[in-house]
Amino acid sequence: MEEKKNTAWAFLITAGLILTSIVYYMTDVYYIYLIVYIWFGYAYGMMLQYGRFCFASASRDLFAAGVPRMAVGIMIALIFFSVIQAILAATNMSTFHAAPFGIHMLISGSVFGVGMVLAGGCASGSLYKVGEGNMTSLLAVVFGLCLGQAIFVDVGGIFNKLVPQSWIDSAHRTQAAIKAYQGIDIPINSWFDHYLVGYVWNQPQYTIAKLISGGQPDTIHYFIGNALINSILPAIVILCVIYYFYSRKTFMKKKKKALKKQGLPEITGFKDELSGIWGMITASKRTSIMGVLVGITAGLHILTMAGMQKKFGVLNFGDLLKRMGHTADVSLKGTVFDPGYWYITSQEGQVGAWILEKFGWNMHDNMFFGYVNGLPELWRNPALWMSLGIILGAMVMARLQNEFKFKLPSPELIMWGFSGGLLMGFGSRPSLGCNIGGFFIRASGGDPNGWVYGTGMVLGAFIGVKFFNWWTERKMAKEMAAM
Amino acid sequence: MAMKFEKTGEGTYMLDVCGYVCPHPQIYCKKSLEKMEEGEKVEVVFDNPSSKETMIQMCEQAGHDILEQKTEGGKLILVIEKG
Repeated sequence: MEEKKNTAWAFLITAGLILTSIVYYMTDVYYIYLIVYIWFGYAYGMMLQYGRFCFASASRDLFAAGVPRMAVGIMIALIFFSVIQAILAATNMSTFHAAPFGIHMLISGSVFGVGMVLAGGCASGSLYKVGEGNMTSLLAVVFGLCLGQAIFVDVGGIFNKLVPQSWIDSAHRTQAAIKAYQGIDIPINSWFDHYLVGYVWNQPQYTIAKLISGGQPDTIHYFIGNALINSILPAIVILCVIYYFYSRKTFMKKKKKALKKQGLPEITGFKDELSGIWGMITASKRTSIMGVLVGITAGLHILTMAGMQKKFGVLNFGDLLKRMGHTADVSLKGTVFDPGYWYITSQEGQVGAWILEKFGWNMHDNMFFGYVNGLPELWRNPALWMSLGIILGAMVMARLQNEFKFKLPSPELIMWGFSGGLLMGFGSRPSLGCNIGGFFIRASGGDPNGWVYGTGMVLGAFIGVKFFNWWTERKMAKEMAAM
Repeated sequence: MAMKFEKTGEGTYMLDVCGYVCPHPQIYCKKSLEKMEEGEKVEVVFDNPSSKETMIQMCEQAGHDILEQKTEGGKLILVIEKG
């Protein structure tokens, strides 16, 4: 009975999305751009749920439980995605762009890392867990990623006093230059405006392909620089390190036991080490297979978005919104948030800003929404549809596997969801991305920034795990005392 | 909905972490096993599907045996013998 009900729900949700897509398409052909985001989101959601694919789990389970499953899955996804990204870059079909490089990525990643451990899931993980009926994750998404982020980029006043004078001066020089050359008076009001214009915009942007080619990359540079040097080799090194510290001991113990049983000398060699690494990769098939599929899907997503942009002759969905007459949706420079690939947090920030504007808070007077990302109505926000697609795709998969369960959080989990969500929101803005946009996409696209952010995430996760170990030990001690 | 770790018999325990989300079920499971003696068994009851794979791999890595896996009314149950 329960299974039939779950299957019916899965079909109902999917039918609802098909119907939504048809309505959009019939409203205007340009909305096919938005429909593509819906269905890639849906695919990501299904894969994330099936593979339990959560970036928080990668470092957290490694430190907390000694389980390398997810870290291995992510490295596999990274390897596949980097090769596809190189193909797309070489054929001029990539929407990827490197981000400003700097220490802000490490700091931001650390804050995000602590947040994802407290919240019980990373930005993408929290979305798929909402699809499983997990309301702690919903708290993290709504209060942290949506409202927290929006407030974070808009606050000024006393926070502006924390900003170095050099950033303020630089931001005002850029403001004057943009006014002189483009005729746009950019809004520099919040602390984040000064940070973004006065610091981040002054930082260099690298990809390894550009560095090794002197700025004019060719096909070979994308494969050798971006894919091999920036992604595949670091991923292989990380896999070997994880194997050495977390899997090797158990594997070798079993191997020697088997040799002893056969009456053979207990000597192992390089071939056994390779078997051990392979054993670690295949230990959780569903995660590893989903790693491959996530990598390939993320590549296809970029290809499809680049194809759509070429087809319509645009670089951003804001151009299409303007063609359809929705000029109030776009930013001062005529754009909306439209990453062109898998991305999570900025669109949630737009939801928060959209809600706060309904309560009279002006969210157009900052750079993040006013000049860069715009504030489209929610139903015309392309990247937001990707996030909704993730939630609904995960919900369908959870229903099909009879794993959907509506779970209200206890006061303790409310505290973790709320605080973790806020830290994730704060940790994803200064870096202009989260575990997906800040780490996964960049590390696989040849931008060394991805690894800086990833290192921060791991450091933050380590701190978060230390804290939870202390917290749970206290509770276990109480239980043991009561026995 | 608080965490419960109880002794249910001679060498048998029950850990109930229903309502908890990641990473709590797997951390409590690990800590419970640390408190037990080799050969003792614990029945872990939880309802967070994402924790299942982690707990299974954690037991494999640490040499604990999973004697039983079942689902009962939305709850996941693992019976683990400490190795």
